[in-house]
Amino acid sequence: MFALVDCNNFYASCERVFNPSLREVPIAILSNNDGCVIARSNEAKALGIPMGAPAFKFEKIFKQKNIKVFSSNYALYGDMSARVMNILSEFTPDIEIYSIDESFLYFKGYDKIGLEKHLQKMKKTVEKSTGIPISIGVAETKTLSKVANRIAKKFPKHTGGIYIIKNEELRLKALKWLSIGDIWGIGRQHQKRLEALGLQKAYEFAQLNDDWVRKHMTVVGLRLKKELEGEQTLGLEGITNKKAIATTRSFDYEYKDLDYITERICSYAIICGEKLRRQDSCCQSIHVFLKSNRFRENTTYHSRGFTVQLPYPTNSSLDLVKFAKKALHQIYKQDISYKKAGVIVSRITPENEKQTSLFTEENPKHFPLMKKIDALNESYGKHTIKFGNQDLKHRWKMRQNHLSQNYSTKLTDVIEIKAD
Amino acid sequence: MEFILILFSTLEELTFMRTTLTHIKKIELSKSLVLPLAEKITAGFPSPAEDFLDLSIDLNKEFIKHPNATFFGKVSGDSMIDAGLNDGDLLIIDKSLEPKNNSIAVCFLDGEFTVKRVLCEKDKLWLVAENKNYQPIPVYPENDFVIWGIVTTVIKKIS
Repeated sequence: MFALVDCNNFYASCERVFNPSLREVPIAILSNNDGCVIARSNEAKALGIPMGAPAFKFEKIFKQKNIKVFSSNYALYGDMSARVMNILSEFTPDIEIYSIDESFLYFKGYDKIGLEKHLQKMKKTVEKSTGIPISIGVAETKTLSKVANRIAKKFPKHTGGIYIIKNEELRLKALKWLSIGDIWGIGRQHQKRLEALGLQKAYEFAQLNDDWVRKHMTVVGLRLKKELEGEQTLGLEGITNKKAIATTRSFDYEYKDLDYITERICSYAIICGEKLRRQDSCCQSIHVFLKSNRFRENTTYHSRGFTVQLPYPTNSSLDLVKFAKKALHQIYKQDISYKKAGVIVSRITPENEKQTSLFTEENPKHFPLMKKIDALNESYGKHTIKFGNQDLKHRWKMRQNHLSQNYSTKLTDVIEIKAD
Repeated sequence: MEFILILFSTLEELTFMRTTLTHIKKIELSKSLVLPLAEKITAGFPSPAEDFLDLSIDLNKEFIKHPNATFFGKVSGDSMIDAGLNDGDLLIIDKSLEPKNNSIAVCFLDGEFTVKRVLCEKDKLWLVAENKNYQPIPVYPENDFVIWGIVTTVIKKIS
């Protein structure tokens, strides 16, 4: 059985662990640079604060409605996430960390009653040890476990935060409840197509003919249908063998300026390098893409990408920057306003399996240099050391007016305990 | 013994946690704080201690039983001095432990963290200070109250 474990209102919950007086207070978490709302507590959702609400527009409403606002504190959230995931991994060796607050777990050899008890214990241990509440959905396939999790979360009183799709009857019931658009991985285009056909619920999608689904929604759509039928087509992804690492962002405005875009691409390449080094691997291929605004009328949507195969496997930020710039020059066009850009590195190999070649120009000094840079950035804060291509002013631009402390990772920031 | 006294000058280096979001590493608390037991011996014959050179004291292992549930906090005030908790001391707090009667616990009471002994008396709960100048505090159902974690160790800087 697959279980999807999801931390409830994760960012808000992290803030509440170290500030329990916020337990019932509405909380909104802002994106980097305090731009817009990226996470909300249930109370803030109930007050009608939408996801992505621009902070400056909502400042008044935050005040009026007594919504507590935080800058995103990724040092804190990352640490709390690692604690939760570590505890989960004590309950099963098979775990795929899907995002900062979600994991797929696989449980073998439990009967249904045994599993339920095991999960209750797991939930209690996580919540007691970290203070982070979680919801658990269990089913025969990953896609169904996602549905089960939705049910667990939606009806906490009824489910106690754990919902198992135990049998055929419950599976059908769940599919009849789930809207097409809420199927995990359905995609906007497919959703539109199915809704245009008058389908509303996942159940109706699962009733479609296999051939039709394959023809119109490719094998990916068919896989989705099988998953909903309880036939497992997705397994746990290996944790260290990520096939690709992507760093992509939408810009705050549309940009034409080559210098600006170059700076962004270089920064993304550097972040990819950091991610590679953190998991001790190298990449052999780097892909850069630029996109214009898809939602803008009167202009044609422009999207181009270019892939460079690297002469040797590397995780050196300097190398990645060099090749990313090469790729960028292949695709950049002067008269286009770009809204989104990204760097994706792939063909990932473990660092220790790297083959040294006699004839390539890999600089052996990069490796120790990168180690030093990573160490410095770790102890003195991100972006302490930057590369010449990066925007050096950026450090001062980052707005974090509502940042909480690094309670769990910095001794100078730990909670103060009154003894008076 | 419930408390220890340690001279710590490199607390900043006790890098508590390394996290990556894309994959997970078991938290390695033992990385940065290892004190070697064996001294260098300069005499001319091979040291009988050589075979044991890899032994070392790992304070993290000794004092942190549940790394994923362990947090730190700083004491402010003098209500617990008779239990050895002084102003400015650093507490190691284990959130996973169940409070026992008389445990020293970090509690959240009406808007702030406080450290006290937790005393259960019939159906009443008391927070008891360890300083004769302070009265026990009764906890009522209408108080906003949680036992946040159990204090397992106190760390003091002597100089």
